[in-house]
Amino acid sequence: MFVYILKRVLATIPVMVIVAIFVFLLLRLTPGDPAAILAGDAATPAQLERIRDSLGLNDPLLTQFMTWMGQLARGDLGTSLLSNTSVAGMVGARLGPTINIALMTIVISVLLAVPMGVIAAWRHRTWVDFLVMSFSVLGFSVPVFVIGYILIQIFAIDLRWVPVQGYKAPSEGFGAFFSRAILPSLTLATIYIALIARMTRASMLEVLGEDYIRTARAKGVRENVVLFRHALRNAAVPILTIIGTGFALLISGVVVTESVFNIPGIGRLTVDAILARDYPVIQAMILLTAGIYVMVNLLVDISYSFFDPRIRY
Amino acid sequence: MEFKSKDFSDAKRVLKLRKLSVGLTGRPDADPVLNEIDLDIRAGETHCLVGESGSGKSVTSLAVMGLLPKDALEIQGGLIELEGAEITNAKPAQMRELRARRIAMIFQEPMTALNPVLRVGEQIEEVLNMHTDMSRAEAKKRTIDMMEQVHLPDVERIYSAFPHQLSGGQRQRIMIAMALILDPDLLIADEPTTALDVTTQLQILKLISEMQERHGTAVLFITHDMGVVAEIADTVSVMQKGRIVERASIRDLLTHPKEEYTRTLLAAVPNLAPRPARAAAGAGDVIKVEGLEMTYGGTGFFRKSAGVKAAQDVNFSIAPGRTLGIVGESGSGKSTVARCVMRLIDPTGGAVTVAGKEIAQLSRRQLQPHRKHFQIVFQDPYRSLNPRWTVARSLCEGPINFGTSKADAMAHAAELLELVNLPRDALDRYPHQFSGGQRQRLAIARAVAMKPDLLVADEAVSALDVSVQAQVLDLLDDVQDRFGIAMLFITHDLRVAAQICDEVLVMQKGLVVEHGPAGEVLANPSHDYTRNLIEAAPGRHWDFANFRALDTTRAPQGAIS
Repeated sequence: MFVYILKRVLATIPVMVIVAIFVFLLLRLTPGDPAAILAGDAATPAQLERIRDSLGLNDPLLTQFMTWMGQLARGDLGTSLLSNTSVAGMVGARLGPTINIALMTIVISVLLAVPMGVIAAWRHRTWVDFLVMSFSVLGFSVPVFVIGYILIQIFAIDLRWVPVQGYKAPSEGFGAFFSRAILPSLTLATIYIALIARMTRASMLEVLGEDYIRTARAKGVRENVVLFRHALRNAAVPILTIIGTGFALLISGVVVTESVFNIPGIGRLTVDAILARDYPVIQAMILLTAGIYVMVNLLVDISYSFFDPRIRY
Repeated sequence: MEFKSKDFSDAKRVLKLRKLSVGLTGRPDADPVLNEIDLDIRAGETHCLVGESGSGKSVTSLAVMGLLPKDALEIQGGLIELEGAEITNAKPAQMRELRARRIAMIFQEPMTALNPVLRVGEQIEEVLNMHTDMSRAEAKKRTIDMMEQVHLPDVERIYSAFPHQLSGGQRQRIMIAMALILDPDLLIADEPTTALDVTTQLQILKLISEMQERHGTAVLFITHDMGVVAEIADTVSVMQKGRIVERASIRDLLTHPKEEYTRTLLAAVPNLAPRPARAAAGAGDVIKVEGLEMTYGGTGFFRKSAGVKAAQDVNFSIAPGRTLGIVGESGSGKSTVARCVMRLIDPTGGAVTVAGKEIAQLSRRQLQPHRKHFQIVFQDPYRSLNPRWTVARSLCEGPINFGTSKADAMAHAAELLELVNLPRDALDRYPHQFSGGQRQRLAIARAVAMKPDLLVADEAVSALDVSVQAQVLDLLDDVQDRFGIAMLFITHDLRVAAQICDEVLVMQKGLVVEHGPAGEVLANPSHDYTRNLIEAAPGRHWDFANFRALDTTRAPQGAIS
C-alpha cells in the first residue's frame, strides 16, 4: 500500500513538469513580443526593454526555462504586472474562500445527492425515482447565475435570512461564515447534486441486481441495511470518481458564482487577471488548477481501496 | 448403487405448497411461470427439484422465500404453508423475521453470493445481529463455532478474510454457515454445487447432509444434475414449463420413470463409460504440442518474482478426425493450454505446430494468416457472440477477412446454418433471439465457417442443460466426421469427456498427470488424482439413460452397453 502511494505520488511529478513547460511556453509562444503584450499598447521602447530585461527574455530559451523552474521550485510564482505584488501571495490570499466554499458545496452535494440516488434506485421506476431524475435534469439545465439570483431573491431579499453578498472566513466566527457561504454553496451544489445523484442511482441499480443483495435479503436483513451497508459500499467507486472530479472542477470553475456573490476567491482573481492580461497570475492559476486536479485524482484513487478490499496495490 | 430409502411419512411437515401459481406482475392472463404446483417436504427429508433451465425451479424457491422480484413476478394463486402456518401473503416485515430463522437459502454462485466488501465473519454475524439480541462477544463466539462446524480451516483467520481471499468451496461453506446458524426448519439450496469442482462438490454435499442430520433440517435442493440427485435425494419432483410433471421417491424415479419428459431428461444424462476410440481420418498430426509452458507474472518493474506456472511441460498431438480431451479442476491449467494453442496468450516456452507451422513463437503479424487453421468455441454462448451483430455478419466476418467474397461467404453461412440445424432465416436475426443451445450452435457454425483444421472447444457444453448438451455434442461429432477436423476439448466434466473424447489428458496444478486413450484413463486410471476425480463424480454407478446400475467392473471396450 505504502509503495503504491509512493509510486503514485512520484508519478505526479512528470505530469506537473509537463504542465509547467506548457505554462512557460504559453507566454513565450504567444505571437508577437511578450514584452509588448505585457506592456500594452502605450509602451515606450525603453519600457519594453526594461520588461524584457526583467523577464530575462534576452536570454536563450533554455536558460529562461531553467531560471523559471528554479523560481517555481522555491515557490516564487513571479510578480503581478497589475498590482506589482507577489503572485504567490495574491493566490494564497484568494485560495481560502474558494476552498472553503468548494468544501461546503461538496459536503452539501454528497449529503443530499447520495441518499437521493440510493432511494431513487431502491424505488426504481416509481414517482420517487421520477422526482429525483426530474430534479437532476433541472439541475443540469438551469444556468448557475440564474439559480444564484433566485436564491438571493428568496433567502436574502424576501426572507432576509442571510446577507446578499460577501464573505467572512470561518475564523471570524462560524455563523458569519455559514450565513454568507450557504447560498453560493447551494448554488454551486445544484449541478453536483444532479450529477452525483444520477451516478449514485445508476451505480446502485447495478449493484442491487447482484447476487449478494439477494443473499442479504435472504438472511432477513432490513432494507435500510441492505441499501447502505451492503449495496452502497459496492457502488462507491464510480460515485467517488464523480465526487473527486466534481471537487477539482469546483475549485477552478467558481468564476460565475464568485462574481454573483462577490466573494474574493480565485475565480474572480482569474477573471481579473485574464481581463488585464496579467500573465504571471494566469500562469500561476493554470499551475494551481493542474496541481489540484492531480492531487484530487490521487486521493480518489487511494480512497478506492478503503471502500473495496479487492483493490489492493 | 445405494439410494436413500428412509420413510418420512411420520415426520413433521415443514413446507406445504398447494396449487401455487406465480405469474407476471399485473398480468394474470399471461402464461403462468409456476402453474398450480404442489409440494411437501418433511423434517429431515431432502427433496430435489429437477428440470431444465426456465422450468421454474428457482422461481419456486424465491416464492417460498418471499423474494420474488416484485415488479416482475407475483403470486397469483395457491398457498404456501410453513409448519402449518400460512405465509402466502405474509407482510415484508413478517417474512424478514422468518428468513434465516425458519427458512434459509444458499445459492449457486459462491463467487457472487457473498458481499465482496464485507469480511465473511461479519456477514455470518449479521444474521445474529438481525435476529437475536446477542452481545457482540457472544455473536462472535457463535459465529466462530459455526465456522468450525462447517469444517473451515484456520477459523480465526478466515473470520476476518474477504470473500475474494477464499476458494469457491470455502465460500460455499461460509454460505452454509450463514444459512444454518439459526438452525432453520427449512434449507433451500439452489444449485449450490454447480459452480464447484467435483471434488469440492462432493465435500459440500457431504457437509449439507451432515448438517441436515445433526439438526433435522428439511432440505429443498434445486439442481439440474441427475448425478447429484441420485446421491442425495429422498424424493424428487420433476419440473417442466412451470408444472411439476412427476413426483416420486428417488429409486422409483430412476428405475421406473412414468412420464415421457422424465425419461428424455434421464436419457440425456451422459454416463461415465467412455466411447470406443475412433481411427484417425487422415495421416499425420494436425497439431503437435511440445514442452508447452506458460508462466504468468514473474517480471515486475520493481521486483522479480517466480511467477505462477500455469502450465508446464505439456506434450500432445491430435490426428485429423480425433478428439483429445483435457480434463482437470479449476486452476489445473487446462484453459491456459487452450489459450496458448489458440495464441490468445503467448506461451512462455515450448512449441505448438498447427497444420505444419510452428506458431508459438510467431509475432502477431506473422501469425495472422495462420489463424484460419484453428478456431475456438467458448463456454458462454451469451457472451461470445456480438449482441449488436446479425448472425450473418458474425458468420461472414472471418471468411471475408481471409479474402472470401461477400456473396460466397453469405452462401456458405446459409449452408452452415443448415448444418447446425438452424433455419436459414436465422441469418438476419440477432443472438438474443436464440436460446442458449442455439447460440452455441451459432458459435460452432462461426468457428467452422473458417474451415479450420483444429477446433478448440473450451468448456463448450458446460453452460447448457443436459438434453441440449447431448445435442451439441452430437453436432460437434457430426461436424468432425464431415470435415475431419481435429478437436481439442477442454472440460471439467468427466461424463462429457467420456462421451466425446478418443484420448484424455488429465491436468493438475499445471502438470499433466495422466495421458492416454479415454477408455484406459477413465476405466483404469493410474494416477491418484484421476481416481479421485472419477470417484467424486456423483451418481457414477448409475446408468441413467437405461434406468439401471452401471456395470463399472467390465472392461473399457464394453463401453456403451
